[in-house]
Amino acid sequence: MMGDGVESSVPAAPAWLTRPRLVDRGMRWVQWLLVGGFFAYSIAFLLLPSVAVLVGAFRGEHGLTLRYVRLLFTPRYLVAFRNSIELSAVTTVIGGVCGLSIAYLALSPRSPGWLRVAVISFSGVAANFAGVPLAFAFVSTLGTMGLLTLWLKHFGIDLYGGGFSLFTLFGLAVTYLYFQIPLMVIIISPAVRGLRREWREAAKNLGATSWQYWRYVGFPILLPALLAAMVLLFGNAFAAYATPYALTSGNIALVPLEIGNVLSGNVMSAPQLGQALALGMILVMAATMGAYVLLQRYTARWRRH
Amino acid sequence: MATPLSSRLPQPGWRAVLLGVAGLYFMAPLIATGVFSLWDGGNRYNFSAYAQLLGTPEFWQSLFLSARLALLTVLLSLLLLVPTVYWVQLRAPRLRPVLEFIAVLPFMVPAIALVEGLSALYTGPAWLVGTPDFLVVAYVILALPYTYRVLDVGMRTLDIRTLGEAAQSLGATWPTVMLRAILPNLAGALVGATLLTLAIVMGEFTFANILLFNTFAVYINYVGQSSGSQAAALSLLSFLMTWLAMLGIFLIGRRGQVQLGGAR
Repeated sequence: MMGDGVESSVPAAPAWLTRPRLVDRGMRWVQWLLVGGFFAYSIAFLLLPSVAVLVGAFRGEHGLTLRYVRLLFTPRYLVAFRNSIELSAVTTVIGGVCGLSIAYLALSPRSPGWLRVAVISFSGVAANFAGVPLAFAFVSTLGTMGLLTLWLKHFGIDLYGGGFSLFTLFGLAVTYLYFQIPLMVIIISPAVRGLRREWREAAKNLGATSWQYWRYVGFPILLPALLAAMVLLFGNAFAAYATPYALTSGNIALVPLEIGNVLSGNVMSAPQLGQALALGMILVMAATMGAYVLLQRYTARWRRH
Repeated sequence: MATPLSSRLPQPGWRAVLLGVAGLYFMAPLIATGVFSLWDGGNRYNFSAYAQLLGTPEFWQSLFLSARLALLTVLLSLLLLVPTVYWVQLRAPRLRPVLEFIAVLPFMVPAIALVEGLSALYTGPAWLVGTPDFLVVAYVILALPYTYRVLDVGMRTLDIRTLGEAAQSLGATWPTVMLRAILPNLAGALVGATLLTLAIVMGEFTFANILLFNTFAVYINYVGQSSGSQAAALSLLSFLMTWLAMLGIFLIGRRGQVQLGGAR
């Protein structure tokens, strides 16, 4: 039966398929068009805009100028960069530690199978659940009229009286962790799965303490994945625009929000300032990637010894 | 002398406590959003926020706009990327680093910086830049790292070279190879890339907000200025859509290969 089906389907191919050379040449041409199209598309809508930012930041009314790049070093924008970098670094470290712990605990052989599936699949959803909806979810929870805020007040704990506010850097950090932790779980899970139980047992049999196992076996194995995950988490938080915008209506000093303010004309300034700020962001990301490459090389040598 | 290893391992009790705290942190916002969406002032709880939304034309317009943009983004992404990834893997492996670089670049250039560059560079023509369809151009770039990764992994695990050669030695022409040997076997990767792109575009806010187009996420933000309950209802709906997309990816297999993306 199966054989019949295959045989009968071959002669049934349309006539234009049976003239191989002509069709092949035509399809090659289409393929070239699409492949070329992809590269042209990337150049036009990814590379050139990046170059436009680079050039625009230095373009004055009469030729080149450093005026706008210098503006980056005025207190207002220095604060924005410091806030952005701090917020990203803090949520990267906390999100990284929490995400690694959760992945390790959930994936350990002692955990029941349903827990593993639940943690991994929920992480997939939560890491993608960000931006405006996430901001409102946290307003519903920890805003001034949030459910948890009111509930805690009922028990005598006044969050906002105690200095907490969702609409500060601290509140943003609490919100960012909602996508940072699951992101870490997803990225680090394959590496955690790679930690063989046998290695741990072997170390134990050779008399290693738990600390020694982690210092000489577990951590070095996880290190490359950890470094890569850290870069991803940092970039993820650093580029975040929707979440802080929806939470603070753009009224907190973060670089993406400042760029947004320039672009939507909320602040009176030349468009070049936005490009200078964007250039600053790209440079911070480039520096992060550079540091990653260096650290990776350095640790690769260290791991060999 | 040293404490036995087993006593230092996290005990089941510890595991439960730590995972329990994490569970609370992740569940609390969802529960609070659900309760808040049902709140109708005072002590009244009902579905009026949902009912009002369903009767609001702007809700449907923004939802349909985002859905249309998502579909167009999926089509354009696949059209550009499937042949390219296939061709690079099969014919020009030397170009692979170039492709990898292009795929990592959207990560180096944050979305807000890309908006800046795009709007500085392209001020016309109005039939493209002035319509919401212009967002598709940017969304293809936004989704690029994820789409590329899914397709690359999909084609590599498939071993397209053997598959293509086997089909060709049986007399299949190029279109037959593509349409009847490669694509059907890539179905999983294609569906994965599609669902992921859908999730990204349905929640995208940065581009739409700056370029002033009323997409779903922009509408949620707009509603949030006036009605907390409706914003909560929309946020929950958004979570549900993300969940469905991820469920789809999870169900089509490749265990543990949870994909990521999203609009921050």
